[in-house]
Amino acid sequence: MGIGAKFGAIYRRDRHISRLILMMIVWAAFMAITRFDKFYTLINFQTMASQFPEFGLMSLGIMVCMITGGIDLSTVGVANLVSICMATLMKGMANEESEIAAYVIPLCFLIAILMGALAGAFNGLLVSKVRIPPILATLGTSELFTGIGIVITDGKAVSKLPRMYSSAINSKIFGLIPTQLVFFAAMALVTWFLLMRTTYGTKIYMIGTSSKAAVFSGIRTDLLLVKTYMLSGICSALGGMVMLANYNSARADYGTVYTLQCVLIVVLGGVNPNGGSGRISGVVLAICLLQMLQTGINRFPQISSYYISLIWGAVLILVMVLNYFTEHNIRLFKARRS
Amino acid sequence: MAQPLLRAVDICKSFSGVQALKHVSLEIQPGEIHCLAGENGCGKSTLIKVISGVYQQDSGYIEFAGKRFGKITPRDAIASGIQVIYQDFSIFPNLTVMENLAFNTELADGHKFVNRKRMRKIAEEAIAKINFDVELDRLVGTLSVAEKQMVAISRALMFNARLIIMDEPTTALTRKEVQALFKIIMHLKEQGIAILFVSHKLNEVFEISERFTIFRSGELVVTGNTSDLDDRKFTYYMTGREFEDKLFTPQNLSKEPVLEARGLGLTGFFDDVSFALRKGEILGVTGLLDSGRTELALSLFGIRPADRGALYKDGKEVRLKSPQDAIDARIGFVPEDRLSEGLFLPRSIADNVVISEIDRLANGAGVLDRAKRRAEIDRWVKELAIATPDPGNACLTLSGGNQQRIVLAKWLACNPDVLVLNGPTVGVDIGSKHDIHAILQRLANEGMAIIIISDDLPEVLENCSRLLVLKAGRVVKELLPAETSEQEVLSYML
Repeated sequence: MGIGAKFGAIYRRDRHISRLILMMIVWAAFMAITRFDKFYTLINFQTMASQFPEFGLMSLGIMVCMITGGIDLSTVGVANLVSICMATLMKGMANEESEIAAYVIPLCFLIAILMGALAGAFNGLLVSKVRIPPILATLGTSELFTGIGIVITDGKAVSKLPRMYSSAINSKIFGLIPTQLVFFAAMALVTWFLLMRTTYGTKIYMIGTSSKAAVFSGIRTDLLLVKTYMLSGICSALGGMVMLANYNSARADYGTVYTLQCVLIVVLGGVNPNGGSGRISGVVLAICLLQMLQTGINRFPQISSYYISLIWGAVLILVMVLNYFTEHNIRLFKARRS
Repeated sequence: MAQPLLRAVDICKSFSGVQALKHVSLEIQPGEIHCLAGENGCGKSTLIKVISGVYQQDSGYIEFAGKRFGKITPRDAIASGIQVIYQDFSIFPNLTVMENLAFNTELADGHKFVNRKRMRKIAEEAIAKINFDVELDRLVGTLSVAEKQMVAISRALMFNARLIIMDEPTTALTRKEVQALFKIIMHLKEQGIAILFVSHKLNEVFEISERFTIFRSGELVVTGNTSDLDDRKFTYYMTGREFEDKLFTPQNLSKEPVLEARGLGLTGFFDDVSFALRKGEILGVTGLLDSGRTELALSLFGIRPADRGALYKDGKEVRLKSPQDAIDARIGFVPEDRLSEGLFLPRSIADNVVISEIDRLANGAGVLDRAKRRAEIDRWVKELAIATPDPGNACLTLSGGNQQRIVLAKWLACNPDVLVLNGPTVGVDIGSKHDIHAILQRLANEGMAIIIISDDLPEVLENCSRLLVLKAGRVVKELLPAETSEQEVLSYML
């Protein structure tokens, strides 16, 4: 077997993932040729690694919901509400010089996770017990959470946070790895473990495949859906905490473009919107690809950042068209017989 | 003998290398009811599609009413009077009966504007032909399966049909509806219309057809007069295997009942159902489609909890409010609709086998023990002889019989005391059906208590040690299969 055939076999094993890797390589090569000195710097990679965890975390949440055949559109709402509450709490706990004690930060994370879980449980109950279609239920709660945020803040930004929080999260571990990336990596690892190594994971894939067969197999679908949306809520809450550190302020309408962007990332990563399939490696790759595209385009001053959406949209459509061909076994290039 | 209406001669057809039809021939006389039988995948549907012009044969020819067609097109077929009624009827559920019936004529006549009066007239004429009484303004989607079929038949008759092909027309019909359908078929025959009736149900073949043809793996096995056919021959022709039908006799009956129902009821569906089931016994429950048998099955598994009476498991009262309660009480359930309720079709065989016992394959924190999972899968694939090269393959890739074994494996893996099966062999070919029956009998002899809920009378009579007949939600009779006959059971059912 030649090297070409070996690569072919690897490519065919998971076309989604292979294709994403291929696109990343193409883009990386393009950047290497055109803007090598500006793109390939340590600082640039560190910046990228501190930016994508915001929407990366939210994408993880949407992914698990989508595996069950649902969706979570309230991620940004949860993230903003959590960051507003935590910003207010931190300001409240600070002294006159706007300093906080070291224990406040882990405390805030703990409360944030609880809030996220609570918001997610609410979504989960609406979806499983009240049987509202997930897209409507979470769109509704998204408005609700955003609304609460607006009422708390009067629509203004909560700023002048204790400096310690932002500098703690923006620090680099060993002077190298951005802390934001650690949050993302940890959550991705937890999600991977849950999906691939636990009964919970197997069951949510099954529910996504057929909720009727799941009921007839004795799976407690309601409970599992609540757990899934809770997991999504926790991801969103962590995303909110990262946003709070990156912007050093909180506002009810930060990051509103993320909602749909995250949904698209998840689909791009190979998760079936009808549920039942999808792998975390695909979603992580899709997140990284988006960040590389965004940062890369920013390295061309003559191209306005307005083009990012356009390019991103084109990439998405391209991938989905390719997926269509794969799924229906249509060969674009006829294989030559040897 | 008169000139045959249809002659299909020496037809071959292959799909990407697989030969679906191998030199088959078929002859139908005018006004004849001909039954085409065979197991799934034997080529019946392919032949129908060749006759109706959907597929083009690779070799051979078709003669219809004396006219020879090299390749028949769908348009030729309809113009010469060949009509096919497919299983899904090809009607528009969102339109009314009238619109469905008048649609084709309206299109054919090239009318651009809707004239409701004209449409009504066309529709009325169409349903009058088979004395079918239905409100023309009802949406077809709201009709029962039988009524939809009548609409499809009425529509077929509008084109001066001379041959009507019905593809498994009785699959979703109740017994009464089947009788009504047969009456219409006889009526059509009197008008000189030939019927090609596709079925794999033995009793229907006997009841309605004069001649029959049986296919097996793309080849014509036998064709002849129905009067020369019997049970044993039919099964042999269909499968190429001989089976011994032996009545089930329980061997290891436990003294105490393992499951006991006292006055079980569910408002609107069934009432006052009592029985005591012992280990090693197979209890049959039969009844018409609306007798409440399906609801009783669902109640025994907690999906539609009973609202009256009590259920005792090993002498202790249990309340089954959800499938989990039933599983906790060690009751397993093989549902009626394997494709939507029993299996996760796109998922792997492995996942499907272990899904219900999955919590026992994990530690306290829910982390899967992968070695244990693997061992369980290997065990059940082997034990039930599921024909697959790799349990990682999707269930979709398997035949109906193998799929049903997976559903069985899923429940056997939970090690239940009581196994409730609702229609255990619906849509399973005859060979696998016998194999599944053998498995059930073996399980009973090993000490499991089994309830088979089915309207397949030969199935319950052969495999059950006792039989309850449900009618309109009540147990009307308890019978011993060894001492009764299909006719007697039927008389209680109707």
